[in-house]
Amino acid sequence: MKLSPLNDRHTQLGARLAPFAGWNMPIQYVGIVAEHQAVREKGGIFDISHMGEFEVVGPGVVEGLNRLLTNNITSLEDGQGQYTLMLNPSGGVIDDLIVYRFSKERFFLVVNAARIQEDRNWLISRLGDECELKDRSDEFGAVAVQGPEVIAVWNKMEPRRALPERNGIVEYDDGVVVCRTGYTGEDGFELFAPVEAIGSWFDRFIAEGVTPAGLGARDTLRLEKCYPLNGSDLDEEHTPLEAGLGFFVKLDKPGDFVGREVLAYQREGGLKRKLAAIAMTGKGPPIRHGYEVRDADGESILGHLSSGSLSPSLGKGIGMAYLDVDLCRPGTELSVAVRDRVFPAVVVKKPFI
Amino acid sequence: MNVPDHLYFSDSHEWVDPSSPGAAPVGISDHAQAELTDVVYLELPEVGRTVIKGEAVAVIESVKAANDIYAPVSGEIVEVNEALAEAPEPVNEDPYGGGWMFKVKLADSGEVEGLMNAAAYRDTIS
Repeated sequence: MKLSPLNDRHTQLGARLAPFAGWNMPIQYVGIVAEHQAVREKGGIFDISHMGEFEVVGPGVVEGLNRLLTNNITSLEDGQGQYTLMLNPSGGVIDDLIVYRFSKERFFLVVNAARIQEDRNWLISRLGDECELKDRSDEFGAVAVQGPEVIAVWNKMEPRRALPERNGIVEYDDGVVVCRTGYTGEDGFELFAPVEAIGSWFDRFIAEGVTPAGLGARDTLRLEKCYPLNGSDLDEEHTPLEAGLGFFVKLDKPGDFVGREVLAYQREGGLKRKLAAIAMTGKGPPIRHGYEVRDADGESILGHLSSGSLSPSLGKGIGMAYLDVDLCRPGTELSVAVRDRVFPAVVVKKPFI
Repeated sequence: MNVPDHLYFSDSHEWVDPSSPGAAPVGISDHAQAELTDVVYLELPEVGRTVIKGEAVAVIESVKAANDIYAPVSGEIVEVNEALAEAPEPVNEDPYGGGWMFKVKLADSGEVEGLMNAAAYRDTIS
């Protein structure tokens, strides 16, 4: 099990740690609901040292990455980033990631912890000879600092380091990289620093009153915004169009890309299934990954939740499930089976909040 | 952690108050509620059900996970704390008072001897 460079700090703060993608990571400190609300209302800091960072450099980097990613990387200027997906030839999702452009021949990729090896092998064997991938995952510790107040915190703490624009990236002289992105739906940034330096960054944010938040709150925050979780909502069996991520698939960008053929066929012919957002209609138990989604009568099984939780903001169960497109219209009445009972639910428009 | 002297405790952190007149209320310990953190849902047993010591009788859910509550003693469930089904907060805020979950009419009062007294329970959680 890998330990984050912030592990001792988590222990000192009384965090509950649990295995996640091969790392022992903080799930919560004082409680998921309090941490969730701190991020929505003020500011929270998450350890994301488990995530992977690649740098791809060389004259062929744009062409190489463009062939392997669904979004249009050629539209990026220096200092900009975009959410994108890496697909297998059947259009299934190998990983969802953010790609940032430092400069014309130098890009930064942030990938999911559980997919680092898979992604690295996939990219290295397909990028071509005109660029080189460096896996910098072991060099960096990282934190995500998220919430309506964190930009002000940063500007007070670091008045001489200008933050990048939304979705952008900046690399400061000391090797610290800051991206104006996140996984909570709030404004904020992700800070990547050498492993030996990340601890003091963490301490400084805590000293400024930013609340430590664990992976539990990270999950409820992202689910309220319908951000997909790789391995749950995204996998190699479902395409980004089925996941509702068509905005990040540019079928008419210059050049072909792996998986394009299947996506073009789906867009032309229509989808059979989609990832629907499902909200419980009344007060009831939290709904969870794997629970059965049934018809309104609770009789036939229509699918299974790919994600599910209690929404701290809404005070009721929310989740997502791949369902037949006919069932994905907002207002469609369903039910979710919890143990030996069924509870009424309804398809809602994304995001939940 | 608060561990009242007059209660008895199971290995799975339920408390029971056999001294209560009528039937014995059951809940979870202060330690258990702190471990669970935010309790967001409680599924209570039906009144009239006969339970055996160690049997799963209720489900308690935090945001993160669902956990079973086990009967610390055998007997008939004669009352449940319906208010918790609507608002489970007392389980966190007042685990030995408003957080009681159900009352058991003990089938065998001697069974309590097999549980931990407050001192023994304090040792297990310290």
